Amino acid sequence: MRKGKLTPYLLVSPYIVHFLVFVVFPVAFSILLTFFKWDIISEMKFSGFANYRRLFADRLFWKALVNTLYFLSIHIPLELVVSLFLAEILNQKLKFQGLFRALFFLPVIVSGVAVTILWQQLYGYNAGLLNKFLMYIGLGKVGWLIDTKMAMPSIAIMATWKNVGLYIILFLVGLQTVPKQYYEAAELEGASHWQKFFKITLPLINPTIIMVVILSTIGGFSLFIEPYIMTGGGPLNSTLSALLYIYKQGFFYYHMGYASALGIFFALLIMAVVIIQRKYIEKRT
Amino acid sequence: MIKKTIFYFILIVSAIVFTYPFLWMFLASISPDKAIGNLVLLPSQVTLDNYRQMIAKIPIWRALLNSVIVSGLITTGVLVFGSMIGYALARLEFKGRNLIFYLIIFTMTIPFQITLIPQYILMVKLNWTDTYYALIVPYLINALGIIMFRQYFLSLPQSLIDAARIDGCGELRIIFRIIWPNSVPVILTVAILTFMTSWNEVLWPLIVIRKESLMTLPQLVTLFVVGGRAESQLGVKLASSVFLATPIVIAYAFFQKYFINSMVSTGQKE
Repeated sequence: MRKGKLTPYLLVSPYIVHFLVFVVFPVAFSILLTFFKWDIISEMKFSGFANYRRLFADRLFWKALVNTLYFLSIHIPLELVVSLFLAEILNQKLKFQGLFRALFFLPVIVSGVAVTILWQQLYGYNAGLLNKFLMYIGLGKVGWLIDTKMAMPSIAIMATWKNVGLYIILFLVGLQTVPKQYYEAAELEGASHWQKFFKITLPLINPTIIMVVILSTIGGFSLFIEPYIMTGGGPLNSTLSALLYIYKQGFFYYHMGYASALGIFFALLIMAVVIIQRKYIEKRT
Repeated sequence: MIKKTIFYFILIVSAIVFTYPFLWMFLASISPDKAIGNLVLLPSQVTLDNYRQMIAKIPIWRALLNSVIVSGLITTGVLVFGSMIGYALARLEFKGRNLIFYLIIFTMTIPFQITLIPQYILMVKLNWTDTYYALIVPYLINALGIIMFRQYFLSLPQSLIDAARIDGCGELRIIFRIIWPNSVPVILTVAILTFMTSWNEVLWPLIVIRKESLMTLPQLVTLFVVGGRAESQLGVKLASSVFLATPIVIAYAFFQKYFINSMVSTGQKE
């Protein structure tokens, strides 16, 4: 044991090195970079607060922020309703529960690239399966990806389809923690199915709801490959997401300082939103 | 009874909604382009032409090999380092242990949007762009992996470790010879989670790799579809997408339970 005094430090040293190189340095350097104008190749030029001033005056930055919030405002309610609904049904002691769970989960594990390529075809205006179906049942075509009002909701629907399997499982785990006696007592009082759901289930699985909301908020701010492949951020920047804009500024225009300022702004925003959402759990439970 | 029937009906319709698009994608990839527009269930004509064209147009086998190498090495690193660090945090006493534990928890909460640009600059300055290093090294340590190992190791009986110490085993031997054989579930969970995440990762490769021969599968497929080389050949696009999705779907068929567990644990970290 004595000779082993150093052993724990040797064991954790890879973490320390990784932490310094890939966490401490990048975060510190990123903050520094926001005060410079730099394209990686030429000399760094000090520019004071110019990047921050530019940020607040940049129409595209605001557009990306609003787009992300628009995405979340559709994605979060939709996935909460769908996943809670299906989890509640799966929780009814039915046969083949495991099989259904496994099938619902399939889109979660498949690469986002493959899912996006697939949905780009489903959303096609003339030949897409969805519009064909709408025509077949006598409704008109929808400009899923070509209408500026529809493009972001279309991406939100696809993202919901891809992730909902995970949230179903999280809710199932949550539902199984609700004590059975509560329902039995409510049944004796003559409570209906809906009353039980709203008065017992919903308050008790509140932590899961917040967890799902936090996960999808982080996901929304990380939305990238879907608009990158489907729309390139268009039409008319209607699907320009926060991360896609950082990517464009950084790796298309090589505005390293400005892209860093964008990165820091969005990172702080994500952290603030998550902290507020966490506080909300503590208050409710 | 009626209630149950309605429930099953809803579940079956939902199962179709979540899986049929994949079936359609596969069937479309083996149909001639002209027939895809009318494809609903059974292809009128089966052809491997789309796959032949895909192989002729892009180095897809090379990209597959790259993805296997990159994801394989990352997974190995995460398992080896993760269990070493997780073991030290769970089973050894040393000054600063809690500090390191909280640092790890803290790093998990830092959004990657903040580190993306400087990490790229780091790769440029190290001359690592267009090398495997850029794809692998930043991912060798994973905070969530460490936490999952730590959690699991906390539950192992102390007698296991004591017995090994009496036999004169060093800590590394204890980790890999004694602890590992008793930790198969957590190893599989971390391995699957890491492999799947790195297999599906596309943003980082798009940033650090420009050379086609080093591209991973999702990157190559993305640039093929977006860059116009697929032209308007729908079938070839879908074939490349099927090619990308298949390995993980096959793995999922075998390790379904671990896939679900591993994703649930990423959810619960929040």
